[in-house]
Amino acid sequence: MANLEINFAGIKSPNPFWLASAPPTNSGYQIQKAFEAGWGGAVWKTIGAPVLNVCNRYGTMDYKGSKIIGLNNVELISDRPIEINLKEIAETKRNFPNNAVIVSVMVESKKEAWQEIIKRVEQTGADGFELNFGCPHGMSERGMGSAMGQVPEYTCMVTEWVMDVATKPVIVKLTPNVTDIVQPARAAVKGRASAISLINTINSIIGVDTDTFEIKPNVGGKGGHGGYAGPAVKPIALHLLSAVASDLEVQKARLPISGMGGIETWKDALEFILLGSTSVQVCTSVMHYGFRVVEDLIDGLSNWMDDKGFKTMDEIIGKSVHRISNFGDFDLGFQTVARINHDKCIQCNLCYIACEDAAHQCIDLKELKIDSRVNERLWPVVREDDCVGCDLCSRVCPIDDCITMVEHETGRPHITWNELSKAKPAVVQEWGKMEEYRKTANIDIH
Amino acid sequence: MAEHYKPVKYKAWEMSLEERFQEVYPPLSERDATVEANRCLFCYDAPCMDACPTHIDIPTFIKKIATGNVKGSARTILESNLLGATCARVCPVQELCEGACVLEHDHKPIAIGRLQRYATDYAIEKNIKFFEKGKPNGKKVAIVGAGPAGLSCAGELAKLGFDVTIYERQKLAGGLDTYGIVVFREPIEVSLREVKMIEELGVTVKTGITVGRDVPFEDLIEKNDAVFVAIGLGDVPNMEIPGENLPGVHDGLEFIAETKTQPLNTIKFGKRVAIIGAGNTAIDAATIARRLGAERVNMIYRRSEAEMTAYHFEYEFALGEGVSFMFLTQPIEVVGNGRVEGLKCIRMDLGAPDQSGRRAPVPVANSEFIVECDMVIKAIGQKKHTDVMQKLATFGVQETKGYIAVDTTTNRTANPKIFAGGDCVRSIGEASTVMAVQDGKIAARAIHEQLVGKGELAASIS
Ligand SMILES: Cc1cc2nc3c(=O)[nH]c(=O)nc-3n(C[C@H](O)[C@H](O)[C@H](O)COP(=O)(O)OP(=O)(O)OC[C@H]3O[C@@H](n4cnc5c(N)ncnc54)[C@H](O)[C@@H]3O)c2cc1C
Ligand SMILES: Cc1cc2nc3c(=O)[nH]c(=O)nc-3n(C[C@H](O)[C@H](O)[C@H](O)COP(=O)(O)O)c2cc1C
Ligand code: SF4
Ligand code: SF4
Ligand code: SF4
Repeated sequence: MANLEINFAGIKSPNPFWLASAPPTNSGYQIQKAFEAGWGGAVWKTIGAPVLNVCNRYGTMDYKGSKIIGLNNVELISDRPIEINLKEIAETKRNFPNNAVIVSVMVESKKEAWQEIIKRVEQTGADGFELNFGCPHGMSERGMGSAMGQVPEYTCMVTEWVMDVATKPVIVKLTPNVTDIVQPARAAVKGRASAISLINTINSIIGVDTDTFEIKPNVGGKGGHGGYAGPAVKPIALHLLSAVASDLEVQKARLPISGMGGIETWKDALEFILLGSTSVQVCTSVMHYGFRVVEDLIDGLSNWMDDKGFKTMDEIIGKSVHRISNFGDFDLGFQTVARINHDKCIQCNLCYIACEDAAHQCIDLKELKIDSRVNERLWPVVREDDCVGCDLCSRVCPIDDCITMVEHETGRPHITWNELSKAKPAVVQEWGKMEEYRKTANIDIH
Repeated sequence: MAEHYKPVKYKAWEMSLEERFQEVYPPLSERDATVEANRCLFCYDAPCMDACPTHIDIPTFIKKIATGNVKGSARTILESNLLGATCARVCPVQELCEGACVLEHDHKPIAIGRLQRYATDYAIEKNIKFFEKGKPNGKKVAIVGAGPAGLSCAGELAKLGFDVTIYERQKLAGGLDTYGIVVFREPIEVSLREVKMIEELGVTVKTGITVGRDVPFEDLIEKNDAVFVAIGLGDVPNMEIPGENLPGVHDGLEFIAETKTQPLNTIKFGKRVAIIGAGNTAIDAATIARRLGAERVNMIYRRSEAEMTAYHFEYEFALGEGVSFMFLTQPIEVVGNGRVEGLKCIRMDLGAPDQSGRRAPVPVANSEFIVECDMVIKAIGQKKHTDVMQKLATFGVQETKGYIAVDTTTNRTANPKIFAGGDCVRSIGEASTVMAVQDGKIAARAIHEQLVGKGELAASIS
């Protein structure tokens, strides 16, 4: 059996699965129950400034019969008195010395306030801190949360304040509500943070009630933007994670990353790990199904590792990071065409209409005489010479492995856009030259 | 029958003999399995799990199919039920897990049986071994009968470190899973692979040995620390009517066993077949006869549709196979010149309730008639092993109505060294494979507690 233990900036955890700072980590009762269920660590629901919550905090994105593919919330940080939280943190750590207990904190933007809370939390014996620079609602209006995280200078400044007094590792949690996530990540590095976590929730409005005209979720007739999380945000989280994980400054500082945003299955978690997360955090999936989901997270990951012959987490963390690249470095000579397997095709013709109306009009409906029906319907057939290899048809095809994109070597030069612009600047500036180049490179767009 | 459980449409004459004996339900494709698994709500404290006699953690195994952790899914199943691959095929799921599914009332229940088969087949295909034999604890257990009860008990005991030997009178182990479940429900290979898995846990399976004849019970009881009796039930009893020894009168169980163990094209069947009885065996024999090619198959039962012991889904399946039912009809004589030519019957009416609580059939005077047929299959239940019962009685083992009496929480008999389970103790309620498996588990737990003490048992048996 593979060993799932991790060492995250000095914080040891029996497995990479942590509960994200959120409702499931609101109390000692919950976190201890979660540890019993198998969670390796937990980031305590953010504690700090006094708050009041509202009713109807959640809105959900339900899609074609599936509930909660996305979850939006207008919840604030912990609304329980800070003394109670501190007492329960100490008790939890005492009862579970081998699990990672990390405390998320957020206070007003004053040096004394930050340093005081850090010192108070240190006394609980917790393993580390997470600085919540991400909450996009309620707290940000008070100059906290994402209001801090969106300004790299503030992120750096607060991180420094904290680092000056903290003796335990400090994780800076980034907000996704910025144009370039790398800036706050570098600010965390500059502020001497021990680690980075991302993503917090994404600004969103989940919907409008078309009968009552109310905004969802409806708080006494009003509604507003809240933080979006859950399976629907995973691609965004993966992108932001990969941007941070592949940034040279972050890499040079060797900061471990705790990734989150839409993790529901062990495969989701594995993708975060392959893109550079040492630990992964989960919130929405637990809100949907409870702590028990951890069993399959652990079992699925360790079965996968066994099957692939990996023994430790270090062998897989960041394994795909070196593949993250940019458009300018993609191979322009890499060519594929769509091929339809008529043994599998059920003749729904979705590929045909997708290519006809939204791609390059290179699928024909033809008589093929390949089955024994008297009134055989027409079959979709790709004109491979005209196919630009966009991949739309294979994305829409409802049948697994029915349309495959097959690699096609036509002698196009293997060159990247960056190389091309360097070698032949005119080609990327004038359409006439571009046409000439295409001819020589055997690229025909009809 | 839930809609997704519809058997494949077939027209006998369009299919070859081999095709007709393929499993009725095709395996789920990866996509179908994933879609179905994602339909499951992952209920907390799920009723489906409660309704499974072996308490398989159904939401968990289904969730694992949904996430692509099929290996983990199979393990979850086999941890509670070593014969999960058989149970996936033969369990009356409509009466058990699927009948209890929260989606049963308004919508379609989750196809739990077929998902279970998907996961266990995956493990078999990939040849994954999940369990190891336990550290030897120096205790020896003998098991009589290698049916599901015996195999399950043996496997659980082996995991706990016992030295286990099973004695089986047939040539092949597996009990009715091997010889009694029609091929198109469960191919014999599935049962034999389970036997192999049990053997790989270190269990010795001695076939072709009848305990009480080739090996005396005395020996087993003396030389072992415990004995688990799982002998099931016996042959089909006689009907006690004239002509029943005529050539052309067959035993339903033997008829089914032939289709499991012999080439299909060598099996003799009649053109017009009369089946006597209306329980599982009768239904199975009838549907087999149809699939072999019998033109007319009549099931003859002396009570009415409401009293038949076969499950409703079996009845529907038989109707779909073109089997005819003659209710309130009592066979009174097999007629024929040197071989079966017909079955003389008398019509019945329902009178007052009898001891079983069912209304007793009473003959209608002068209503005799002859059902023409060239084959009669008797399928009126199974005999009890009276000889074994008498023998066990000398060791203090008691009985209820011809079945071995056991304490249901331990499956222990009145003799503390002797345990029993499966059909041979099922004096009330429906007998089924999954209940036999659970009996084996319960007995294994009790044997362990009795001989080794409590301890870390809970982890492997729940
Ligand atoms: C035709 C038929 C169809 C059925 N279909 C289904 C179904 O679809 N689903 C379902 O859940 N259940 C079904 N059942 C019931 C199910 O098969 C039984 O409940 C189950 O097999 C009982 O298991 P067991 O281990 O107690 O007995 P068996 O499976 O009967 O096994 C007992 C074993 O003990 C051996 N044995 C007996 N005496 C001795 C001896 N003296 N020495 C050595 N060995 C001995 C026998 O040869 C046999 O192998 C069916 C039963 C029949 C008859
Ligand atoms: C209801 C709710 C409350 C949250 N509260 C906090 C919080 O107090 N502090 C914090 O750092 N993140 C908070 N988050 C963000 C989560 O920790 C996490 O970053 C986010 O939900 C993405 O993970 P997920 O897709 O697994 O839910 C909250 C999220 C939700 C849904
Ligand atoms: S989830 Fe619980 S706390 Fe929240 S509204 Fe429903 S009942 Fe109330
Ligand atoms: S989308 Fe797929 S299944 Fe549908 S017609 Fe095209 S190839 Fe066939
Ligand atoms: S009751 Fe039905 S929906 Fe609920 S867990 Fe069981 S199979 Fe799934």
